[in-house]
Amino acid sequence: MAENIKGDKITDQQTYLNRRNFMRAAAVAGTATATTLLYRRLNPPPPVPVEGQKLNEVVRAANDANGFTTNEKLTAIEAITNYNNFYEFDTTKDGVASAAKGFVTRPWAVAVEGLVHKPRFFDIDELLKFPLEERVYRLRCVEGWSMVIPWIGFPLHKLLERVEPTSQARYVAFQTLLDPARMPNQQTGVLDWPYVEGLRLDEAMHPLTILATGLYGETLPPQNGAPVRLVVPWKYGFKSIKSVVKITLVASEPPTTWNIQAPYEYGFHSNVNPNVSHPRWSQATERRIGEYGRRNTPLFNGYAEQVAHLYQGMDLVQNF
Amino acid sequence: MKISFPKLVLFINAVIPLVLLLWDLYRKQVGPNPLEFATRTTGMLTLVFLSLTVAITPLRQIFGFNSLVKFRRMLGLFAFFYGSLHLLTYVWFDRLFNLVSVATDVVQRPFILLGMTAFLLMLPLAITSTNKMVKRLGGKRWARLHRLVYLAAIAGVVHFWMLVKSDIRLPLTFAFIILFLLGYRVLVKYFPSDVKVS
Repeated sequence: MAENIKGDKITDQQTYLNRRNFMRAAAVAGTATATTLLYRRLNPPPPVPVEGQKLNEVVRAANDANGFTTNEKLTAIEAITNYNNFYEFDTTKDGVASAAKGFVTRPWAVAVEGLVHKPRFFDIDELLKFPLEERVYRLRCVEGWSMVIPWIGFPLHKLLERVEPTSQARYVAFQTLLDPARMPNQQTGVLDWPYVEGLRLDEAMHPLTILATGLYGETLPPQNGAPVRLVVPWKYGFKSIKSVVKITLVASEPPTTWNIQAPYEYGFHSNVNPNVSHPRWSQATERRIGEYGRRNTPLFNGYAEQVAHLYQGMDLVQNF
Repeated sequence: MKISFPKLVLFINAVIPLVLLLWDLYRKQVGPNPLEFATRTTGMLTLVFLSLTVAITPLRQIFGFNSLVKFRRMLGLFAFFYGSLHLLTYVWFDRLFNLVSVATDVVQRPFILLGMTAFLLMLPLAITSTNKMVKRLGGKRWARLHRLVYLAAIAGVVHFWMLVKSDIRLPLTFAFIILFLLGYRVLVKYFPSDVKVS
C-alpha cells in the first residue's frame, strides 16, 4: 500500500506536526471557552444601579437613646440593593435586583381593614405625605447575615391610629401583592402565595415599628420592597414584609408564610435571639455584610432596652 | 513525568473555574457577600467533580467508554482539591482560623458536621491515589477503600440540601445525579442479568 503513494503526496513531518499542534490548540481553546461559559452561569448578574426619587423633608433622629438611629457604619447601598431575599422575584439573593427591575408600583393602594372603626384605602401618594423620618436600623436575617440600613418611613402606629382599631383587635396581619405577572416567581410554588406576615398589636404600635417608603434618602427600590414595606428591627428580616397591599386588624394570631412553610424552624414571633438556635444552625453570630469574620448577635438585635418589656414573663424558647 | 494530551485538556478545564473565581474576587465581581460566593462556588465545584468521578463507571459499563477510566483519578483529586478550598474558605473567612470555634460549629450545626464528614472521607482517598499506594494496598483492598467516595458524595449532597431554606432545586438536581449514579451500581450488583452491560 504504502509504496503506491507518491512521494509528493506524503505529508512531510513538519506539516503533520503543525497540523497536530493546531488541532490540539483548537481542542484546548474550544473546551476552555465552553468551561468558561458554563462557569459564568454561576456568577451573580452585575449589580443593578439604583434609580430612586429623592424624598424631601425627612426628619433625622437626634440621638440613639430610643433606638431610632445608630452610629454603626452604614452598609453600602450597592450591597443593600443587590443582596435581597425577595422570593416573589428570585430565590437567589443576588438575582432579585435584576428580576425586580422595572416593577411597576403606580398606582398602588394599601387597604387597612378588619377590626377597625374606619376601614379605608391609603394611596401611595398619601402614605408619602406622612411626616417622614430617617431610621438607621440593624437588619438581622434569619440566615445569619446582617446590615445597617438608613430607612425612611413613618411609625406604623400613626397609620393605625387613623383607622381606629376596635377593642377586639389583638393582632395585625399584613399581605404582599399577589400578581404573578409582575412578580414572576409567584408562578412557582416555592412559597405559599401571597406572602403574609403578622404582629401582635402592641408590637405593631411600638415606635420602632415603621412602614418604610425609602432608603438612603430616596424612594424604595423594587428589590427592597417598593413602594412600601414593614420594618421591625428586633425581629428576623422575613417578618419585615415587603410591597404591602393589605393590613388587617384581627382578633387571633394570623398565619405567617415561613411558619406555614416550616413550623418547627420559623415561629410567629421570630425575635432575634442568639440563645435560640435555628434547628439547622446557631443564631449566636452573624456576618455583617462588608466585614470579614462574624460578630456576636445581641438579644432582640440590640433593641432589648426598647422592646424586652413586650415579652416579660414569656418563654422565648417556647415562643421562638 | 509526561502527561498525555487528553489529560492536559482535562486539567486545564478543571483549573479554569478556580482562575475565574480568583479573577472575579480580585476585580470585586462576586456580589456583596464575596465570602459566601467563594464558599458556595467551591462547594458546588466539589459536588460537580464528585459527580463526574462516580459517573465514570456507569459511562464505561453502559456506553463502553472504557478509556474514560484514565481520567478518574484526576477528577477525584479535583473534587478533593475544591473540597479543600471550600473547607479553607470556611475556616479562614467564616471562623478566622479559630479552631475552637470550628469545633463548636461542627457540634452545633449538623450540616457543617456532614460537610466535614464528606471531607474526611475524601482525605484517605486522595492520600492513596498514587500508583504506589494501589500496589501497596493491593487492587482489591484499594478498590474497597475507594468505595468511600459514595459516602462522601451522599454526605456532600445532604450537606448542601440542609443549608437551603426553601428553594431546593439545585441540591435536588445533585441528589438525582448522585442517586442515579449510585443506584445504577446497586442494580448492577443485585440484578446483573436485568441490566444491559455492553
